[in-house]
Amino acid sequence: MTPLHRLRVNPIACEAHGMCHELLPERISLDEWGYPILDGAPLDPALLDHARRAAAACPTFALLVERRQR
Amino acid sequence: MTAPLLPVAVAGPSLDWYLTRSTGAVALLLLSVALALGVADVRRLGTPSWPRFVLDALHRNASLLALVFLLLHILTAVLDSFASISLLAAFVPFVGSYRPFWLGLGAVAFDLLLAVILTSVLRQRFGQRVWRVTHWLVYACWPIALLHTLGTGSDVKSAWLLALSVCCLALVLAAVFVRAFAGFTREGARTRGLALGGAFAFALFLALWLPSGPLGSEWARRSGTPSALLGHSASRSRIVVGP
Amino acid sequence: MSAHESVANYSPARARDRDALVARGAPGLPRLLAGIPPRGALPLEQHLALHGPLPSLGRRGSGRALVGARRGARRGDPALIEEVERAGLLGRGGAAFPTAAKLRAVAAASRSAIGRARPLVVVNGAEGEPASAKDRALLRSLPHLVLDGALLAARAVGAREIQLGICESAPTALDAVSCALAEHARVRGGGADGIEMVLRPVPPRYVAGQESALVNHLSGGPALPTFTPPRPFERGVRGRPTFVCNVETLAHLALIARHGADWFRELGTPEQPGSALVTLRGPLPHPGVYEIEHGSLLTALLDAAGGLAAAPRAVLLGGYAGAWIDGSWLSELVLSDAHLEPYGASLGAGVVAVLSADACPVAELARLTRWLSSQSARQCGPCIFGLDAIATAFEQLALAGVAARGSVRNVRVSGSAGRDAHRTADASHGRAAIDRRLRALAGLVRGRGACGHPDGVARLVESALEVFAPELDEHARRGPCTACARPSELPAPKATPTPVPRAAAPIPPSR
Repeated sequence: MTPLHRLRVNPIACEAHGMCHELLPERISLDEWGYPILDGAPLDPALLDHARRAAAACPTFALLVERRQR
Repeated sequence: MTAPLLPVAVAGPSLDWYLTRSTGAVALLLLSVALALGVADVRRLGTPSWPRFVLDALHRNASLLALVFLLLHILTAVLDSFASISLLAAFVPFVGSYRPFWLGLGAVAFDLLLAVILTSVLRQRFGQRVWRVTHWLVYACWPIALLHTLGTGSDVKSAWLLALSVCCLALVLAAVFVRAFAGFTREGARTRGLALGGAFAFALFLALWLPSGPLGSEWARRSGTPSALLGHSASRSRIVVGP
Repeated sequence: MSAHESVANYSPARARDRDALVARGAPGLPRLLAGIPPRGALPLEQHLALHGPLPSLGRRGSGRALVGARRGARRGDPALIEEVERAGLLGRGGAAFPTAAKLRAVAAASRSAIGRARPLVVVNGAEGEPASAKDRALLRSLPHLVLDGALLAARAVGAREIQLGICESAPTALDAVSCALAEHARVRGGGADGIEMVLRPVPPRYVAGQESALVNHLSGGPALPTFTPPRPFERGVRGRPTFVCNVETLAHLALIARHGADWFRELGTPEQPGSALVTLRGPLPHPGVYEIEHGSLLTALLDAAGGLAAAPRAVLLGGYAGAWIDGSWLSELVLSDAHLEPYGASLGAGVVAVLSADACPVAELARLTRWLSSQSARQCGPCIFGLDAIATAFEQLALAGVAARGSVRNVRVSGSAGRDAHRTADASHGRAAIDRRLRALAGLVRGRGACGHPDGVARLVESALEVFAPELDEHARRGPCTACARPSELPAPKATPTPVPRAAAPIPPSR
């Protein structure tokens, strides 16, 4: 089976810079304090590059793109 | 006369010499812009038309562009036959024969900038901790670069370079001010005090040093220009142009 | 077996002699609390006389003395793990995770890793939950039972080191354990097992008992949770596979190894076998730590404690991360997770706290949520800001009580909502708005921290909104009630309001 990718955030490292939401608004929204809300569903393959870019842009590397075999 | 002016014969400074000075100046300006953007933490000023990732990229790209101009600056300085600066002197501080101390400062600034940029580009490899600690080196890199400009630059007394240096200083001071007082409160009062104090102390030092130093008499000799080159200072500013 | 008889009791508040304890016990009980001395700790000789010697490697309930332990220590003990699996022992720290599965995971992790992969055992005696006292009671009075369990766990996974993480604000427990360790060394001979046991005090924070926080502390860092994966069973203290286990679970383990899985399953339900310790609080003559059989009636427990002295408004099950159940359902409540699930509750850390009808639930909740907010590790934004907002919302409802009364201890208002709270709002509008706000906040903090702390608060809040709707309405409509100024029934150490940092301003939406 093709590996599924999921977004995860390390809540300890996250400092609410908000760039992840700017770069991947389709899957990441921000709560009233600026912290990301993820739904945990698998990533659309079309969004994978955007997700990787969002993860690279995070100043604290809090956003993670994880691969799971499912 | 309709024919374009051509520098047919140039007495003293070559094209490289002009390039060195101009690329150096641009590098200093870009470095100051990058530092100011970083210090002021412009990321938090995001708006819908200026998103944070764009502001973040401004800082990154300014520093990368500064590195490009810095490399050109070094290349043209080495190629220039006037002052015989070896390639080694560009990277290893204080080994050159031309104004060794002030040129050496340039080498130091370059090494520091290279370390900062490498760790930033390869941040995922090096890890967050290494990146954070190394990044603090910019606070040494920039003042050293400015001192190098003022100490090595042969036309430090000219208005344009002085104006540029003052602009760069003002830019960085303004950024420190903004960061300290705009209320982004991750730092404590002690850090803010330290930053402001350090910035103004540096400005004060420059104000006191410049008149007796680079702007004073016989700076070329005092700064370590080899005596063989000393006589050329008068003709350096003139280009003979042929028809 | 009649559910009414299946309770034995131990009350730390009253001295009871040993014979009376045993005589009152129902068939099968007490198990853990057998032989509990009225004062002080049960010495090693009496412990061995009561329960028998620690089983040797690979043999179940054989009564043989410790033999060949060192040789077998590196291999681990799969037979013991199998026995625990047959017994169906679940963790008693709150998560109810199958203990055998955890043992297997640690044993497997230590086999698969190379280099310094020797596992270790951590005894979790942190008990940061203020309402719970069972772990403390075990450590204080029956430390050898816990040490036996730790030794067996170490043998099961092939560990040679045990670290006992005990709350530093429980000096009697610390003393009892260190005396027990000294006795152990003296009687069994130092190092005869080849297993080293170290006592490590742990700060009294609420989150310090969380698995990764405890491991973090024992590794030399702060007693704060870390981002998982990797979980402690793979990489724990100093990077080694670590078996972290609650004090009570280890006590059960010590008895299972002696008497077998079938014996363990003689009590309890098929999904939740055995007995358990609960901390009973409320308007009762004899609150305290009791041992119950899983699947027994709550009313039987209350009767054993002397019966309720006041009408129950509600009962909080599990702990401050647990759930409220309305008092009118008290008589039908059965103490097992399967029976409690439809009510949205579980046994959790074993806290059974009855709130009397005389108390003001709104004031209690304001105190509780403010304390829980102060106990945040302050590492994750949603927890820092979300819990503060929840506490502020409850204080907003209870605040009018403070203003009218002049002073209610432990109710402090912080945050921007505090300044707004004095504004009188339209009652029904305000009530509905606060309800919506609290539900939204509960949903917003759930699952977004590095540990389960915000999830626990969310559960507490959501169940409170259901159960205490009448009182919340009253407060919104009429302001403070006469009960607001009563001393708190639920223990919440004074919460010093820690300043909440200003949140980074989120970008306005671009579309």
